[in-house]
Amino acid sequence: MNEQLTGPVYICRCEDVTLAEVWAALERGVTTMEEIKRLTRCGMGPCQGRTCRQLLARELGRVMGESPGAADMATYRPPVKPVKLGVLAGGE
Amino acid sequence: MLKQTHKFFGSRRQHAAMRGMDIAAAMAAEAMQAGVEVWLEATVLGLYQDGVLLVQQRERVVTVQVARVVIATGAGEKTLAFPNNDLPGIYGAGAVQTMLHLYGVLPGRRVLMVGAGNIGLIVSYQLLQAGVEVIAVLEAMREVGGYLVHASKIRRAGVPLLTRHTVVGALGTRFLTGVVIGRLDDSGGIVPGSERVLEVDVMCLAVGLTPAAELLWQAGCRMAYIPELGGHVPVRDGRMQTTVPGIYVAGDVAGVEEASSAMVEGRMAGLAAAWDMGFQSPQYPHLWAEAETELAALRGGPVGARIRQGLAKLAAVRAREVAAGA
Repeated sequence: MNEQLTGPVYICRCEDVTLAEVWAALERGVTTMEEIKRLTRCGMGPCQGRTCRQLLARELGRVMGESPGAADMATYRPPVKPVKLGVLAGGE
Repeated sequence: MLKQTHKFFGSRRQHAAMRGMDIAAAMAAEAMQAGVEVWLEATVLGLYQDGVLLVQQRERVVTVQVARVVIATGAGEKTLAFPNNDLPGIYGAGAVQTMLHLYGVLPGRRVLMVGAGNIGLIVSYQLLQAGVEVIAVLEAMREVGGYLVHASKIRRAGVPLLTRHTVVGALGTRFLTGVVIGRLDDSGGIVPGSERVLEVDVMCLAVGLTPAAELLWQAGCRMAYIPELGGHVPVRDGRMQTTVPGIYVAGDVAGVEEASSAMVEGRMAGLAAAWDMGFQSPQYPHLWAEAETELAALRGGPVGARIRQGLAKLAAVRAREVAAGA
Protein backbone atom coordinates (compact mmCIF):
# COMPACT_ATOMS: atom_id res chain seq x y z
CA MET A 1 0.00 0.00 0.00
CA ASN A 2 2.73 2.38 0.95
CA GLU A 3 6.16 2.32 -0.63
CA GLN A 4 7.68 3.65 2.59
CA LEU A 5 6.72 0.36 4.21
CA THR A 6 9.58 -1.44 2.50
CA GLY A 7 11.85 -0.32 5.35
CA PRO A 8 13.72 -2.84 7.50
CA VAL A 9 11.97 -4.98 10.08
CA TYR A 10 14.36 -5.22 13.00
CA ILE A 11 14.32 -8.42 15.02
CA CYS A 12 17.43 -7.74 17.14
CA ARG A 13 17.88 -4.07 17.91
CA CYS A 14 21.21 -4.46 19.70
CA GLU A 15 22.93 -6.17 16.77
CA ASP A 16 20.83 -4.64 13.95
CA VAL A 17 19.62 -8.02 12.68
CA THR A 18 16.67 -7.74 10.30
CA LEU A 19 13.90 -10.16 9.43
CA ALA A 20 15.38 -10.40 5.92
CA GLU A 21 18.68 -11.62 7.41
CA VAL A 22 16.84 -14.22 9.50
CA TRP A 23 15.00 -15.41 6.40
CA ALA A 24 18.29 -15.58 4.48
CA ALA A 25 19.68 -17.85 7.21
CA LEU A 26 16.57 -20.03 7.11
CA GLU A 27 16.89 -20.34 3.34
CA ARG A 28 20.39 -21.69 3.83
CA GLY A 29 18.85 -24.57 5.72
CA VAL A 30 19.28 -23.31 9.25
CA THR A 31 16.46 -24.41 11.53
CA THR A 32 17.47 -23.58 15.11
CA MET A 33 17.71 -20.42 17.17
CA GLU A 34 21.18 -21.42 18.32
CA GLU A 35 22.43 -21.48 14.72
CA ILE A 36 20.73 -18.20 13.80
CA LYS A 37 22.31 -16.63 16.86
CA ARG A 38 25.80 -17.78 15.87
CA LEU A 39 25.40 -16.81 12.21
CA THR A 40 23.74 -13.41 12.64
CA ARG A 41 24.58 -12.40 16.26
CA CYS A 42 20.83 -12.09 16.88
CA GLY A 43 20.46 -11.99 20.67
CA MET A 44 24.16 -11.46 21.40
CA GLY A 45 24.02 -7.73 22.11
CA PRO A 46 23.94 -5.84 25.41
CA CYS A 47 20.35 -6.90 26.20
CA GLN A 48 21.25 -10.58 25.67
CA GLY A 49 18.14 -11.30 23.63
CA ARG A 50 15.61 -9.97 26.09
CA THR A 51 13.57 -8.48 23.23
CA CYS A 52 14.43 -10.50 20.14
CA ARG A 53 14.19 -14.06 21.46
CA GLN A 54 10.39 -13.80 21.50
CA LEU A 55 10.26 -12.38 17.97
CA LEU A 56 12.72 -14.96 16.70
CA ALA A 57 10.86 -17.85 18.35
CA ARG A 58 7.60 -16.66 16.79
CA GLU A 59 9.19 -16.34 13.34
CA LEU A 60 10.88 -19.75 13.60
CA GLY A 61 7.56 -21.27 14.64
CA ARG A 62 5.76 -19.60 11.75
CA VAL A 63 8.27 -20.78 9.16
CA MET A 64 8.43 -24.32 10.58
CA GLY A 65 4.66 -24.48 11.00
CA GLU A 66 5.04 -25.05 14.72
CA SER A 67 4.21 -23.24 17.98
CA PRO A 68 6.76 -20.61 19.11
CA GLY A 69 7.26 -22.96 22.06
CA ALA A 70 8.79 -25.55 19.76
CA ALA A 71 11.80 -23.33 18.99
CA ASP A 72 14.99 -24.20 20.85
CA MET A 73 15.64 -21.22 23.10
CA ALA A 74 19.34 -20.53 22.63
CA THR A 75 21.42 -21.13 25.78
CA TYR A 76 21.19 -18.47 28.48
CA ARG A 77 24.52 -17.69 30.09
CA PRO A 78 25.69 -15.38 32.85
CA PRO A 79 26.01 -12.45 33.12
CA VAL A 80 22.42 -11.36 32.51
CA LYS A 81 23.52 -7.80 31.86
CA PRO A 82 26.78 -6.17 30.71
CA VAL A 83 29.41 -5.79 33.45
CA LYS A 84 32.59 -3.78 33.21
CA LEU A 85 35.73 -5.91 33.26
CA GLY A 86 37.11 -3.65 35.97
CA VAL A 87 34.19 -4.47 38.23
CA LEU A 88 34.67 -8.21 37.62
CA ALA A 89 38.43 -7.98 38.19
CA GLY A 90 37.89 -6.17 41.48
CA GLY A 91 35.54 -8.87 42.71
CA GLU A 92 36.06 -11.07 45.73
CA MET B 1 5.25 -0.95 41.30
CA LEU B 2 7.38 2.16 41.64
CA LYS B 3 5.99 3.51 38.37
CA GLN B 4 2.36 2.71 39.15
CA THR B 5 0.54 5.86 40.16
CA HIS B 6 -2.90 4.29 39.83
CA LYS B 7 -4.84 2.71 42.66
CA PHE B 8 -5.21 -1.05 42.88
CA PHE B 9 -8.31 -3.25 43.04
CA GLY B 10 -8.83 -6.38 45.06
CA SER B 11 -9.14 -6.75 48.78
CA ARG B 12 -7.48 -4.78 51.54
CA ARG B 13 -5.10 -7.72 52.08
CA GLN B 14 -3.52 -6.90 48.67
CA HIS B 15 -3.45 -3.20 49.50
CA ALA B 16 -6.46 -2.29 47.36
CA ALA B 17 -7.20 1.44 46.95
CA MET B 18 -3.51 2.23 47.50
CA ARG B 19 -1.34 3.57 44.70
CA GLY B 20 1.23 1.10 43.36
CA MET B 21 4.20 3.20 44.41
CA ASP B 22 2.83 3.52 47.97
CA ILE B 23 2.29 -0.24 48.15
CA ALA B 24 5.95 -0.74 47.20
CA ALA B 25 7.09 1.67 49.92
CA ALA B 26 4.86 0.03 52.54
CA MET B 27 6.08 -3.47 51.69
CA ALA B 28 9.73 -2.39 51.73
CA ALA B 29 9.25 -0.76 55.15
CA GLU B 30 7.58 -3.94 56.43
CA ALA B 31 10.48 -6.10 55.24
CA MET B 32 13.11 -3.83 56.78
CA GLN B 33 11.23 -3.68 60.06
CA ALA B 34 11.28 -7.48 60.14
CA GLY B 35 15.06 -7.31 59.92
CA VAL B 36 15.51 -8.24 56.26
CA GLU B 37 18.84 -7.07 54.91
CA VAL B 38 18.16 -5.20 51.68
CA TRP B 39 20.83 -4.72 49.02
CA LEU B 40 19.92 -1.83 46.76
CA GLU B 41 21.29 -1.27 43.24
CA ALA B 42 22.20 -4.94 43.18
CA THR B 43 21.66 -7.31 40.24
CA VAL B 44 22.00 -11.07 40.25
CA LEU B 45 24.12 -11.73 37.16
CA GLY B 46 24.11 -15.48 37.42
CA LEU B 47 22.37 -18.31 39.26
CA TYR B 48 24.09 -21.67 39.41
CA GLN B 49 22.59 -25.05 40.15
CA ASP B 50 24.65 -25.45 43.33
CA GLY B 51 22.95 -22.41 44.89
CA VAL B 52 25.65 -19.86 44.13
CA LEU B 53 24.54 -16.39 43.09
CA LEU B 54 26.81 -13.96 41.27
CA VAL B 55 25.79 -10.50 42.42
CA GLN B 56 26.85 -7.10 41.20
CA GLN B 57 26.26 -4.21 43.55
CA ARG B 58 27.42 -0.92 42.13
CA GLU B 59 31.20 -1.29 41.59
CA ARG B 60 31.61 -4.68 43.23
CA VAL B 61 30.85 -8.25 42.28
CA VAL B 62 30.39 -10.93 44.93
CA THR B 63 29.30 -14.53 45.06
CA VAL B 64 26.71 -15.59 47.59
CA GLN B 65 25.98 -19.17 48.60
CA VAL B 66 22.36 -19.65 49.54
CA ALA B 67 20.35 -22.54 50.97
CA ARG B 68 17.13 -21.42 49.28
CA VAL B 69 16.38 -18.68 46.79
CA VAL B 70 13.11 -17.09 45.68
CA ILE B 71 13.30 -15.70 42.17
CA ALA B 72 10.83 -12.85 41.67
CA THR B 73 12.39 -11.01 38.73
CA GLY B 74 9.07 -10.11 37.13
CA ALA B 75 8.54 -9.82 33.42
CA GLY B 76 9.82 -7.93 30.41
CA GLU B 77 7.87 -6.31 27.63
CA LYS B 78 7.16 -8.03 24.35
CA THR B 79 7.48 -6.13 21.13
CA LEU B 80 6.35 -6.40 17.51
CA ALA B 81 8.16 -6.83 14.21
CA PHE B 82 6.97 -4.43 11.49
CA PRO B 83 8.68 -2.27 8.84
CA ASN B 84 10.62 0.67 10.28
CA ASN B 85 10.21 -0.59 13.84
CA ASP B 86 13.44 1.19 14.80
CA LEU B 87 12.14 4.74 14.30
CA PRO B 88 12.48 7.13 17.23
CA GLY B 89 9.02 7.67 18.67
CA ILE B 90 8.25 3.96 19.06
CA TYR B 91 8.26 3.04 22.73
CA GLY B 92 7.33 0.21 25.01
CA ALA B 93 4.68 1.11 27.58
CA GLY B 94 7.24 0.76 30.38
CA ALA B 95 9.43 3.42 28.82
CA VAL B 96 6.48 5.78 28.48
CA GLN B 97 5.62 5.27 32.15
CA THR B 98 9.23 5.90 33.13
CA MET B 99 9.27 9.15 31.14
CA LEU B 100 5.93 10.33 32.53
CA HIS B 101 6.17 9.28 36.15
CA LEU B 102 9.87 9.28 36.98
CA TYR B 103 11.20 12.05 34.77
CA GLY B 104 8.12 14.19 34.08
CA VAL B 105 8.82 14.18 30.33
CA LEU B 106 6.12 13.84 27.66
CA PRO B 107 6.99 11.28 24.97
CA GLY B 108 5.28 13.37 22.25
CA ARG B 109 2.03 15.03 21.27
CA ARG B 110 -0.11 12.44 19.49
CA VAL B 111 0.04 8.81 20.56
CA LEU B 112 -1.21 5.56 19.09
CA MET B 113 -1.49 2.92 21.80
CA VAL B 114 -1.06 -0.67 20.64
CA GLY B 115 -2.67 -3.17 23.02
CA ALA B 116 -5.84 -2.90 25.07
CA GLY B 117 -4.81 -4.99 28.04
CA ASN B 118 -4.66 -3.31 31.43
CA ILE B 119 -1.25 -1.78 30.76
CA GLY B 120 -2.30 -0.26 27.42
CA LEU B 121 -5.50 1.12 28.92
CA ILE B 122 -3.92 2.49 32.09
CA VAL B 123 -1.00 4.13 30.25
CA SER B 124 -3.45 5.62 27.71
CA TYR B 125 -5.36 7.19 30.56
CA GLN B 126 -2.16 8.46 32.17
CA LEU B 127 -1.14 10.03 28.84
CA LEU B 128 -4.52 11.77 28.63
CA GLN B 129 -4.05 13.02 32.18
CA ALA B 130 -0.65 14.39 31.18
CA GLY B 131 -2.28 16.34 28.35
CA VAL B 132 -1.15 14.09 25.50
CA GLU B 133 -3.59 13.28 22.71
CA VAL B 134 -4.31 9.55 22.37
CA ILE B 135 -5.54 8.96 18.81
CA ALA B 136 -6.68 5.37 19.22
CA VAL B 137 -6.03 2.13 21.09
CA LEU B 138 -5.44 -0.88 18.83
CA GLU B 139 -6.17 -4.42 19.91
CA ALA B 140 -5.56 -7.54 17.81
CA MET B 141 -8.07 -9.63 19.75
CA ARG B 142 -11.84 -9.44 19.35
CA GLU B 143 -12.28 -8.16 22.87
CA VAL B 144 -10.53 -5.63 25.04
CA GLY B 145 -8.24 -7.61 27.34
CA GLY B 146 -8.15 -5.20 30.27
CA TYR B 147 -10.72 -4.54 32.97
CA LEU B 148 -13.95 -2.89 31.83
CA VAL B 149 -13.48 -0.04 34.31
CA HIS B 150 -10.22 0.99 32.58
CA ALA B 151 -11.68 0.58 29.08
CA SER B 152 -14.71 2.67 30.01
CA LYS B 153 -12.50 5.56 31.11
CA ILE B 154 -10.80 5.54 27.71
CA ARG B 155 -14.11 5.34 25.84
CA ARG B 156 -15.59 8.17 27.90
CA ALA B 157 -12.60 10.32 26.94
CA GLY B 158 -13.59 9.78 23.30
CA VAL B 159 -10.64 7.57 22.34
CA PRO B 160 -11.63 4.86 19.82
CA LEU B 161 -10.82 1.28 20.85
CA LEU B 162 -10.12 -0.54 17.59
CA THR B 163 -10.37 -4.28 18.19
CA ARG B 164 -9.24 -6.76 15.48
CA HIS B 165 -6.68 -4.18 14.32
CA THR B 166 -2.91 -4.33 14.10
CA VAL B 167 0.15 -2.34 13.04
CA VAL B 168 1.12 -2.80 9.38
CA GLY B 169 4.15 -0.55 9.55
CA ALA B 170 5.65 2.71 10.78
CA LEU B 171 6.17 5.80 8.63
CA GLY B 172 8.88 8.41 8.87
CA THR B 173 12.49 8.91 7.92
CA ARG B 174 14.24 10.46 10.92
CA PHE B 175 11.44 9.93 13.42
CA LEU B 176 7.93 8.55 13.53
CA THR B 177 5.36 10.59 11.59
CA GLY B 178 2.59 8.03 11.15
CA VAL B 179 1.49 4.44 11.53
CA VAL B 180 -0.25 2.31 8.92
CA ILE B 181 -2.88 0.18 10.64
CA GLY B 182 -5.11 -2.52 9.23
CA ARG B 183 -8.04 -4.71 10.21
CA LEU B 184 -7.29 -8.39 10.89
CA ASP B 185 -9.15 -11.20 9.20
CA ASP B 186 -9.85 -14.57 10.82
CA SER B 187 -6.57 -16.11 9.68
CA GLY B 188 -4.50 -13.28 11.17
CA GLY B 189 -3.90 -11.51 7.83
CA ILE B 190 -4.80 -7.92 6.96
CA VAL B 191 -8.18 -7.37 5.27
CA PRO B 192 -7.27 -5.98 1.81
CA GLY B 193 -8.11 -2.31 1.52
CA SER B 194 -8.54 -1.87 5.28
CA GLU B 195 -5.17 -0.16 5.70
CA ARG B 196 -5.12 3.48 6.72
CA VAL B 197 -2.62 5.96 8.07
CA LEU B 198 -2.82 7.51 11.53
CA GLU B 199 -0.65 10.60 11.89
CA VAL B 200 1.14 10.30 15.22
CA ASP B 201 4.57 11.09 16.61
CA VAL B 202 4.47 8.33 19.23
CA MET B 203 3.51 4.69 19.03
CA CYS B 204 3.35 3.00 22.41
CA LEU B 205 3.56 -0.80 22.40
CA ALA B 206 1.70 -2.54 25.22
CA VAL B 207 1.51 -5.97 23.65
CA GLY B 208 2.06 -8.11 26.69
CA LEU B 209 4.78 -9.28 29.02
CA THR B 210 6.93 -12.36 29.14
CA PRO B 211 8.64 -13.80 32.26
CA ALA B 212 12.15 -12.42 32.90
CA ALA B 213 13.37 -15.95 33.50
CA GLU B 214 17.04 -15.76 32.46
CA LEU B 215 18.25 -16.88 35.88
CA LEU B 216 15.92 -19.88 35.90
CA TRP B 217 17.13 -20.97 32.45
CA GLN B 218 20.72 -20.59 33.64
CA ALA B 219 20.12 -22.72 36.71
CA GLY B 220 18.62 -25.48 34.58
CA CYS B 221 15.02 -25.21 35.77
CA ARG B 222 12.64 -27.02 33.44
CA MET B 223 10.61 -24.50 31.42
CA ALA B 224 7.32 -24.91 29.58
CA TYR B 225 5.83 -22.75 26.86
CA ILE B 226 2.39 -21.61 28.08
CA PRO B 227 1.09 -18.66 26.00
CA GLU B 228 -1.63 -17.92 28.58
CA LEU B 229 1.12 -17.21 31.14
CA GLY B 230 3.22 -15.04 28.83
CA GLY B 231 5.55 -17.57 27.16
CA HIS B 232 8.16 -19.81 28.77
CA VAL B 233 7.46 -20.28 32.46
CA PRO B 234 9.19 -22.50 35.05
CA VAL B 235 7.62 -25.87 35.76
CA ARG B 236 6.84 -25.78 39.48
CA ASP B 237 5.02 -27.63 42.19
CA GLY B 238 2.08 -26.36 44.21
CA ARG B 239 4.54 -24.82 46.67
CA MET B 240 6.15 -22.51 44.11
CA GLN B 241 9.32 -24.66 43.94
CA THR B 242 10.89 -25.17 40.50
CA THR B 243 12.36 -28.45 39.25
CA VAL B 244 15.70 -27.43 40.79
CA PRO B 245 15.30 -28.06 44.53
CA GLY B 246 15.78 -24.90 46.56
CA ILE B 247 14.79 -22.51 43.77
CA TYR B 248 11.31 -21.02 44.26
CA VAL B 249 9.45 -18.51 42.10
CA ALA B 250 6.83 -15.84 42.68
CA GLY B 251 5.07 -13.21 40.62
CA ASP B 252 5.29 -12.56 36.90
CA VAL B 253 8.42 -14.69 36.43
CA ALA B 254 6.26 -17.68 37.41
CA GLY B 255 3.54 -16.68 34.95
CA VAL B 256 2.39 -13.19 33.97
CA GLU B 257 -0.60 -12.09 36.04
CA GLU B 258 -1.67 -9.06 38.03
CA ALA B 259 0.47 -7.42 40.72
CA SER B 260 -2.09 -8.46 43.35
CA SER B 261 -1.49 -12.17 42.64
CA ALA B 262 2.27 -11.57 42.67
CA MET B 263 2.09 -10.22 46.22
CA VAL B 264 0.26 -13.35 47.40
CA GLU B 265 2.62 -15.69 45.52
CA GLY B 266 5.55 -13.91 47.14
CA ARG B 267 4.14 -14.71 50.56
CA MET B 268 3.63 -18.34 49.54
CA ALA B 269 7.13 -18.78 48.13
CA GLY B 270 8.58 -17.21 51.27
CA LEU B 271 6.53 -19.49 53.51
CA ALA B 272 7.53 -22.59 51.53
CA ALA B 273 11.23 -21.69 51.51
CA ALA B 274 11.20 -20.96 55.25
CA TRP B 275 9.38 -24.22 56.02
CA ASP B 276 11.82 -26.24 53.90
CA MET B 277 14.74 -24.74 55.81
CA GLY B 278 13.26 -25.91 59.08
CA PHE B 279 11.47 -22.76 60.20
CA GLN B 280 8.27 -24.68 60.70
CA SER B 281 6.05 -22.19 62.45
CA PRO B 282 2.73 -23.51 63.82
CA GLN B 283 1.06 -20.61 62.00
CA TYR B 284 2.21 -21.97 58.67
CA PRO B 285 -0.86 -24.07 57.69
CA HIS B 286 -3.14 -21.16 58.50
CA LEU B 287 -1.05 -18.59 56.57
CA TRP B 288 -0.76 -20.95 53.63
CA ALA B 289 -4.50 -21.64 53.49
CA GLU B 290 -5.20 -17.92 53.72
CA ALA B 291 -2.91 -17.20 50.76
CA GLU B 292 -4.45 -19.99 48.69
CA THR B 293 -7.93 -18.60 49.32
CA GLU B 294 -6.82 -15.12 48.27
CA LEU B 295 -5.22 -16.42 45.08
CA ALA B 296 -8.33 -18.39 44.16
CA ALA B 297 -10.43 -15.26 44.63
CA LEU B 298 -8.06 -13.15 42.51
CA ARG B 299 -8.11 -15.74 39.73
CA GLY B 300 -11.86 -16.35 39.94
CA GLY B 301 -14.54 -15.30 37.50
CA PRO B 302 -14.28 -14.58 33.79
CA VAL B 303 -11.30 -12.20 34.29
CA GLY B 304 -9.14 -15.07 35.54
CA ALA B 305 -10.23 -17.64 32.96
CA ARG B 306 -7.09 -17.34 30.84
CA ILE B 307 -4.81 -17.57 33.86
CA ARG B 308 -6.66 -20.61 35.17
CA GLN B 309 -6.33 -22.24 31.75
CA GLY B 310 -2.59 -21.52 31.70
CA LEU B 311 -2.08 -22.86 35.21
CA ALA B 312 -3.99 -26.03 34.33
CA LYS B 313 -1.67 -26.57 31.35
CA LEU B 314 1.36 -25.99 33.56
CA ALA B 315 0.05 -28.47 36.14
CA ALA B 316 -0.44 -31.02 33.34
CA VAL B 317 3.17 -30.56 32.17
CA ARG B 318 4.37 -31.11 35.72
CA ALA B 319 2.18 -34.17 36.21
CA ARG B 320 3.64 -35.68 33.03
CA GLU B 321 7.18 -34.97 34.21
CA VAL B 322 6.55 -36.43 37.65
CA ALA B 323 5.04 -39.54 36.05
CA ALA B 324 8.00 -39.87 33.66
CA GLY B 325 10.52 -39.38 36.46
CA ALA B 326 8.87 -41.81 38.87
